[in-house]
Amino acid sequence: MNSFALADCSTVEAALSQLKDGAVVKAGGVDLLDRMKNGTDTPARLVNIRNIAALRGIHPTDQGLTIGALTTLAEVADDPTIRSQYTLLADACGHAATPHIRNMATLGGNLLQQLQCWYYRSADFQCLRKGKDICFAFSGLNQYHAIMDYGGCPSVAPSSGAVALLALDASVELTSAARGKRTVAIKDFYVQPDANPHRFHVMADDELLTAIHIPKLAPGTRSAYQKYGEKESHDWAIADAGILLEMDGNICRRAVVAMGAASPVVRRSHEAEAVLTGKPITPETARAAGKASMTNAMPLSMNGYKVQLFPVAIYRTVLLAAGQMDRDPSAAG
Amino acid sequence: MATHTPHSLPDAPLSAATEAAAATKIVSMPIGIPGYTLHEEQRTVPASEPPVLPVNSDLNFIGKSLPRWDGRAKVTGSARYTADVQLPGMLYACFVNSSLPHARVLSVDTTAAESHPGVKGVHVIEQVFGNAVLRDPSLERSKLPIVRYAGQPIAAVAAVSPQAAEEAAAKVKVKYEPLPFVVDADLAREPNAPLVFPGAADQAGTAGGGGSEGGIPQTGNVHGPAVRKQGDAEQGFKDADVIVDARYTTQVQTHSALETHGVVADWKPDLLTVYASTQGTASVREELAGYFKIPKSQVRVITEYMGGGFGAKFGAGNPGVVAATLSRKTGAPVRLMLDREEEHLSVGNRPSSDQRLRIGAKKDGTITAIQLISFGTAGCGTGAGCAGPATNLYKWATLHVEENDVFINAGPAAAFRAPGHPQGAFALEQSIDELAARLNMEPLDLRDRIDENPVRRVQRKIIRESAIWKSRNPRPNADPGPIKRGVGLSQSIWYRHLTMNCGAEVRVHKDGSVEVLSAVQDIGSGIKTVLAQILAEQFGVEAAKISVKIGDTNYPVGPNSGGSVTTASLTPAVRDAAWQAARKFLASVAPALGAMPSDLTLSGGMVRSASGKFQPLAFRAAAAKMNVDEVSAQAKRIPDYDPKKYDTYGGIDVAEVAVDTEAGRIHVKHVLSVHDCGRPINPAQVISQINGGVIQGISYTLFEHRLLDPNYGLMVNANLDKYKIAGSYEVPQVEVQLTESYIGQSSTDASGIGEAAGIISVGAAIGNAFHNATGVRIRQLPMTPAVVLAALNQPQPSMESL
Repeated sequence: MNSFALADCSTVEAALSQLKDGAVVKAGGVDLLDRMKNGTDTPARLVNIRNIAALRGIHPTDQGLTIGALTTLAEVADDPTIRSQYTLLADACGHAATPHIRNMATLGGNLLQQLQCWYYRSADFQCLRKGKDICFAFSGLNQYHAIMDYGGCPSVAPSSGAVALLALDASVELTSAARGKRTVAIKDFYVQPDANPHRFHVMADDELLTAIHIPKLAPGTRSAYQKYGEKESHDWAIADAGILLEMDGNICRRAVVAMGAASPVVRRSHEAEAVLTGKPITPETARAAGKASMTNAMPLSMNGYKVQLFPVAIYRTVLLAAGQMDRDPSAAG
Repeated sequence: MATHTPHSLPDAPLSAATEAAAATKIVSMPIGIPGYTLHEEQRTVPASEPPVLPVNSDLNFIGKSLPRWDGRAKVTGSARYTADVQLPGMLYACFVNSSLPHARVLSVDTTAAESHPGVKGVHVIEQVFGNAVLRDPSLERSKLPIVRYAGQPIAAVAAVSPQAAEEAAAKVKVKYEPLPFVVDADLAREPNAPLVFPGAADQAGTAGGGGSEGGIPQTGNVHGPAVRKQGDAEQGFKDADVIVDARYTTQVQTHSALETHGVVADWKPDLLTVYASTQGTASVREELAGYFKIPKSQVRVITEYMGGGFGAKFGAGNPGVVAATLSRKTGAPVRLMLDREEEHLSVGNRPSSDQRLRIGAKKDGTITAIQLISFGTAGCGTGAGCAGPATNLYKWATLHVEENDVFINAGPAAAFRAPGHPQGAFALEQSIDELAARLNMEPLDLRDRIDENPVRRVQRKIIRESAIWKSRNPRPNADPGPIKRGVGLSQSIWYRHLTMNCGAEVRVHKDGSVEVLSAVQDIGSGIKTVLAQILAEQFGVEAAKISVKIGDTNYPVGPNSGGSVTTASLTPAVRDAAWQAARKFLASVAPALGAMPSDLTLSGGMVRSASGKFQPLAFRAAAAKMNVDEVSAQAKRIPDYDPKKYDTYGGIDVAEVAVDTEAGRIHVKHVLSVHDCGRPINPAQVISQINGGVIQGISYTLFEHRLLDPNYGLMVNANLDKYKIAGSYEVPQVEVQLTESYIGQSSTDASGIGEAAGIISVGAAIGNAFHNATGVRIRQLPMTPAVVLAALNQPQPSMESL
């Protein structure tokens, strides 16, 4: 890790005034410090926003719910409103990483964490995402990589919080000193690698992610998120499913099927959603939705198993959301 | 280890037997397992030996699950580990490591690093430890060591802070001539593969095992075969009614001890003091004295507390030699602790294996032939042999073993908890189950037929009567749903390895305090508590009140803790020293008590007069009557009472799994571990080691995998999030049953449990349980969802169905 200067800020205004000359924002620091220790990031200046009290907290609003960007994953997961109404967000935040990390990591930081591709994370590999024209994963080790929509970079979306927020039609509030506040929907927040391999999201260098807005839910909404890894204690998703169902009795009026570990940017499977919409939720329809989700799958040399795994994640999470199945022991972590 | 003869760890045979032969006595000792096979046998032992220790149930301190002697220090954080050592003026060092997997180092420019603020010394490494070395060094001309793996240390920097050292290390300019490399063991076996070594090379073993014997042939990167043939195996297969024949592959596992390798070295003109995270204070002293050509008496090694080893922490190694060199150069103490990436890359691993195993048997189960041809990679080291279980677990008529090491450009292997045995047992014990099914026999019945070990026979009885085994449905794939339950077992074997190079001193003070001193290190398995219990038993003093002073070469030499030797080797010496000190103590109080020493005994904490000259007197009160301030006795390990009797240690693990056949996940729900380590001195600590071995075995079986990028030769998961290790969710209910077993070999008749503790047998137990659950065999580790789903997608013909 390189030496760096640390600007400790207690207000949004103070932090925004520091965002210049390559300064990098540090919230919980969980992902950033890993990258600095790996030597992939060598910022000369860190702006510590962790102590900005105004950015922490969960507030019901007329439109729905606003979550301060510095609210920790543990706080989100434990919040009674989120647990009862926005269940899949509580699931996603409550099953990320480890209890220690969830106590440190913030929801904003979770959304902004960088790719977990081991080539991207290594200072020894200079890849497409770092300004070169090569990806090492296609011909290298890609067992945890993407199976669809990957273009030139098959790394997978690392944030499980983003999967849940995509399903919830949430948006993020971005604040800058020069331009004030703007709101960007989660579905528009992340950048596809082929659109611009050097950007992960649309937030500018002088902006802070200050809040997350979640709209009110339609009546009859049920939701769930499950993450499948190779193990339960502290593992990255090899498959995951964020499911939101708007139910009329047992008929699904509207379905959202969101996935993270399938592609570089969190995505919805409209094919799976179409299978569920207007139908009762049964083991058969849930399985059919899972199967439909893999319509466009193009696995790499070592990750064909994920094409088998995602439909399982989706059908079981659909049934969990519908209250027809218990939480899966294979997704307990 | 390639060979499994008794007492085969690298100690020279000693002549202690001849010294002790002078006066002997015949004693009657407990032999066998209480409740099953306990009886008495006579042994001829040196007359100076203490009285025979009765079975545990008749003792007060030995055999009891006393709290860990240093438990409070560990949980409160007052225990000082190597990284906690702070010396005045201490510098911090770090390595400069190779970024290429194979290269000639043309030059190392340290100018910029040396002028970096805070830097006090830079050292370019001239000799690398751990790698195999060429038999004919003239095959390779190079001023500096050839880089044979990415992560090999090239130089090191010492500075006033860790930050300054790291910054300066980045300024060391290494000029390489890259050489062709290979990191895939299959590709390395091909005729035109890049050569890791230009000629035959060998890696010496350590006190923990590993390495290879000399004189083995080498062709290209294939170092082998090491051949063992007994009888005509081909004829054996012709004589067989049934033959099972299968290929098994296992991955490379890194040791991943919680505490990384590291030392603090303090070079003074008359004494080099080294604080080391080591499994062998003796081995560190030996290597440093040899490397620097200084007397061993001028090297002191201290290991107060140690955070795990598993076999990779013997000798000074690169960190020890480099830290001492930098300390000498700078005139200041130097701390060098590895980081997690270096720990994965450069200080050892368990070799992979690719085994073809054939077993032929008669209809009644009698094994007519075992043939094992194995290839495995120990990186740029050797030691991938895995024939121990196939050779030693069962009775066979003929045997044909060929073990091969395959060199690749990766960090050298090191001894790792039961070297070769988890790999070998994973194959053997699944094939034995397969054989049982082919013979229409129950797994336990076949093993009763072919396994002569008397302890495992009792252990199989215990398993037969266990609830978990009774719950096993003998019909595979019996559950209809996607989640399938299965139960399977595997046997294991380990050996009675000993070292005579160890001893202890016991002191008794006039204030009634008692202390024991030995250079032995406690690598976490609890030898401090064990020594306290032995003294407590002798003097009738609470174990917590015994002073245990260990982990310092200023004390009598201790065993290097590898191969499960520590308890078996050291405890008899400590008991002998305690007994002799007690006799000196009685002699020193006899005058004040007006008795002859021969009239006095010390038992149950009381000094007694055989002739009834005085009322029993408490030990402490008696000590006040000593006619000197201190009595002491030193004793060293004497050979086993009946060394002709070769005894192995065994165990059996039973695993219950729930296989999620859709998600490709194996959930280990419950493990029953039935194990033997002779006399358990502290059952709670033995159980604790078995808990750890079972967890490590599950981790090896399901998760851990060193991944090397095939195109660039770099490890991509040199961390603890993508190198996956079992965590709390993955820990099943572990139920341990100890078979307390006496063999009449020493004054304690105890042994270690480190190797036998589950790590050998859990993999095959899970494999057999998986087959019981699904009817499909997995012959590949680790059993990740990708591997599980692939196996279930291609079901084998159900030749094993009962």
